[in-house]
Amino acid sequence: MKLDAHIPSGPLEQKWTNYVEHVKLLSPANKRKHTVIIVGTGLAGASAAATMAELGYNIKAFCYQDSARRAHSIAAQGGINATKNYQYDGDSVWRLFYDTIKGGDFRGREANTYRLAELSSNIIDQCVAQGVPFAREYSGYLRNRSFGGALVSRTFYARGATGQQLLLGAYSALSRQVAAGKVELHPRTDLQDLVVVDGKARGIIVRNMVTGRLESYVADAVILATGGYVNVYYLSTNAMGSNATAIWRAYRRGAGFANPCYMQIHPTCIPHTGDYQSKLTLMSESLRNDGRIWVPRKKGDTRDPNSIPESERYYYLEEKYPAYGNMVPRDVASRNAKYLCDQGYGVGPTGRGVYLDFRDAIKRLGMDAIVERYGNLFDMYERITGENAYETPMRIYPAPHYSMGGLWVDYELMSTIPGLFVLGEANFSDHGANRLGASAMMQGLADGYFIIPNTIGQYLAGITQGDVTTDNDAFREAQDTVQKRMDRLISVNGTKTVDTFHRELGHIMWDDVGMSRNETGLKDAIKRIQELRAEFWENVRIPGDQHDINQELEKAARVADFLELGELIARDALARDESAGGHFREEHQTEGGEALRDDEHFQHVAVWEYTGEGSEPVRHIEPLEFEWVTPTQRSYK
Amino acid sequence: MKLTLHIWRQKNPQDKGRFVTYHLDDADEDMSFLEMLDVLNQHLIEKGEEPVAFENDCREGICGMCGMMINGLAHGGMKGTTTCQLPLRHFKDGADITIEPWRSRAFPVMKDLIVDRSAFDRIIQAGGYISVNTGNAPDANTVLISRDTAELAMDYAECIGCGACVAACPNGASMLFMSAKIAHFSLLPQGQVEADKRVKAMVGQMQKEAFGACTNYTECEVACPKEISISAIARMNHDYLKAFWPGRAVGGGKHVA
Ligand SMILES: Cc1cc2nc3c(=O)[nH]c(=O)nc-3n(C[C@H](O)[C@H](O)[C@H](O)COP(=O)(O)OP(=O)(O)OC[C@H]3O[C@@H](n4cnc5c(N)ncnc54)[C@H](O)[C@@H]3O)c2cc1C
Ligand code: SF4
Ligand code: FES
Repeated sequence: MKLDAHIPSGPLEQKWTNYVEHVKLLSPANKRKHTVIIVGTGLAGASAAATMAELGYNIKAFCYQDSARRAHSIAAQGGINATKNYQYDGDSVWRLFYDTIKGGDFRGREANTYRLAELSSNIIDQCVAQGVPFAREYSGYLRNRSFGGALVSRTFYARGATGQQLLLGAYSALSRQVAAGKVELHPRTDLQDLVVVDGKARGIIVRNMVTGRLESYVADAVILATGGYVNVYYLSTNAMGSNATAIWRAYRRGAGFANPCYMQIHPTCIPHTGDYQSKLTLMSESLRNDGRIWVPRKKGDTRDPNSIPESERYYYLEEKYPAYGNMVPRDVASRNAKYLCDQGYGVGPTGRGVYLDFRDAIKRLGMDAIVERYGNLFDMYERITGENAYETPMRIYPAPHYSMGGLWVDYELMSTIPGLFVLGEANFSDHGANRLGASAMMQGLADGYFIIPNTIGQYLAGITQGDVTTDNDAFREAQDTVQKRMDRLISVNGTKTVDTFHRELGHIMWDDVGMSRNETGLKDAIKRIQELRAEFWENVRIPGDQHDINQELEKAARVADFLELGELIARDALARDESAGGHFREEHQTEGGEALRDDEHFQHVAVWEYTGEGSEPVRHIEPLEFEWVTPTQRSYK
Repeated sequence: MKLTLHIWRQKNPQDKGRFVTYHLDDADEDMSFLEMLDVLNQHLIEKGEEPVAFENDCREGICGMCGMMINGLAHGGMKGTTTCQLPLRHFKDGADITIEPWRSRAFPVMKDLIVDRSAFDRIIQAGGYISVNTGNAPDANTVLISRDTAELAMDYAECIGCGACVAACPNGASMLFMSAKIAHFSLLPQGQVEADKRVKAMVGQMQKEAFGACTNYTECEVACPKEISISAIARMNHDYLKAFWPGRAVGGGKHVA
């Protein structure tokens, strides 16, 4: 597997400008001759589809929901970063770049991360022009707030529904291109395989979720923007349908999978309650702007939190990290919460919770200000828990939230399969081993609005494509493979439901491949996942007909892939014998319990190559060179 | 908790459909409504029956994918709450609950509780956007927007496209959904430019779909999980009048910008 990141030469600040100035261009007439498949209509996919259609390409866009507007980007709450420096608090492209590289524990690529910071401002301009109603000051200027891992205020937001507003902006741009006849939309379709012809990505096989029939689509290039895969933990903050199938099928067709073990466990989610639970609800990180996190100083203290005096409260983040306090990066906040709960300091019925307290903020700013800033989040909390967080502190606990890993891509966002591009959370690119808050949406939109529309031309202008139709052997073979897999799933007719298997996988992943990992646990997890996978294929029960709406079959195909991906995550975590960002190996920690990197041996991206059913995947590396910053031990003290 | 559920089962659009009664003994008041249906479905699968098909995705009240009539009320009738966020503690132990799909000509039933809401997408495609190509935008602070205007635009922009307004309307009208988008855009200077064209195109598309007319029942506002105000409809009507008879609408209902 060849891993050339194709980083343009020249100084960091000029790489992207140079690239754009010298990139190969296609004439408008030639753009019209090209068809591009885009799977996913979230921030990354919808922005790419709209922009490329505006440029003249013919787009075929796919999503599994009934409408493009429902991609899981819709659920992002807190905000999106940009280096406008409207607050005049010392922000700059360099600072956002540095915060992001450092936040990722020096496991990201400098050139990509710098470009991301550079493009962030344009995103805000574009979204405002589309009618996104960002929060404003009384003066009419845009407003900002802070997010974790930063000392400046650079986050733009629309109440607690920033993702919804940004996605509806992209969806409206996409809808305009549908009306213009440049985008053909295929909702309710589930990607099941990638088709590679003569070494290049040329199409996809999908299952029509209404008729259950398999369909083939051909194009000159394929873009995957299918989101993250933390549903491998069963319970997470992702949507019920979020899945790894698209990128997993591409991996099996030869795309390298980078850093699968880098998982983000978000510190502020509503704690788990019972076995029937289907998902975990995020409480936006923006709450940490004003809420204070604490546990009682006494173990197993069951007193009403309001009756616990100040001296008996342990504001552990403020005490341990005076510089950043409650605004430390997510991995640090999550690990500290888990550690204290493991030690017996946790609160609530399960002991798996810490307090997020607004008492002092209400005193300082007044009730109205808190209602205005976070009202919808407090309402949501009350609906789920039945508790009023204005009166009694919220209880929060970490939950799987974001996958920093994904398909390996070069600077042009192309995977190791020529013609297959990957955008948004589905790629591995910009966040290293830990993503900072409010930067995923920035990345998805930078990828879709500003990067891919430039880089795809370079690819399409440089190749001559043979005439391929869906009658090609590669399409037939792929469709046949998918059909056999569907037949096999339906025919098992065992005794256990799909959810039962998914839940068991989630237990293994959370216990041994979760927030803290060690060699014994990881080895054991690999074995247990293999056993569970074998049992799945012997004993899963999927009722109903294949050629019909069949939600159990949809889930089963996804869980079957999670059962393979889970093992790869554990393998990657085992092979990365260091701690970095969200990947914490108990064997490697500082005296203070922080992640201890091993730059000498692990300053690289790990990229896995599929080698066939039952055969062990091969680990390749892309070395990370730091030319512009010096990796240091991350400190938020 | 013990519950008796009367659920609409319909194999496909051709099937006539019927209510089937199920008894559930192991519900828990900490469950969400959809988690209760998950539990029922697990039991059905274990018994070799087909589970109840219903749509959902985010389970956070934001994607707009879930939605069903619960005891005759869209999303179950708890103020400002989608079906996925409806807690079971809203119901009494031993309750009888009737569950049906959205009932509206414009939203044909596909299977059990799943309906086809693609008419909403077509209304947006007709004009629910501001025509700006990527790369055209000036600096975001060039055009100032007062806080009140931005907040009001946001009130309308929060629509999740769930369709409860249509399902709750005795006429099956889509006014609240459509006007929420129109009001959001026409409040903003960026959206003003195309306001006339937009309202004509969206209303035109609505008339081609199977939605009914609005006769001011205001049931939509009550059912809306995002509590979108029917003042949106007045704003849309104002824009509509202005688009056809520019002279007539001057001053009438003009918003504060
Ligand atoms: C609760 C929550 C809050 C968040 N808050 C923030 C925040 O405040 N700031 C921030 O920057 N980030 C936030 N994030 C992260 C951010 O929202 C996501 O990383 C980002 O939106 C992902 O966008 P995407 O376009 O890559 O994927 P998605 O929006 O997940 O879109 C995936 C698309 O792919 C399609 N798809 C997937 N699989 C298939 C398949 N097999 N076949 C066909 N189609 C498929 C889906 O239909 C969908 O259209 C949050 C995430 C969550 C879950
Ligand atoms: S207006 Fe309200 S009820 Fe109607 S689609 Fe929008 S959110 Fe749903
Ligand atoms: S499932 Fe998304 S709003 Fe209910």
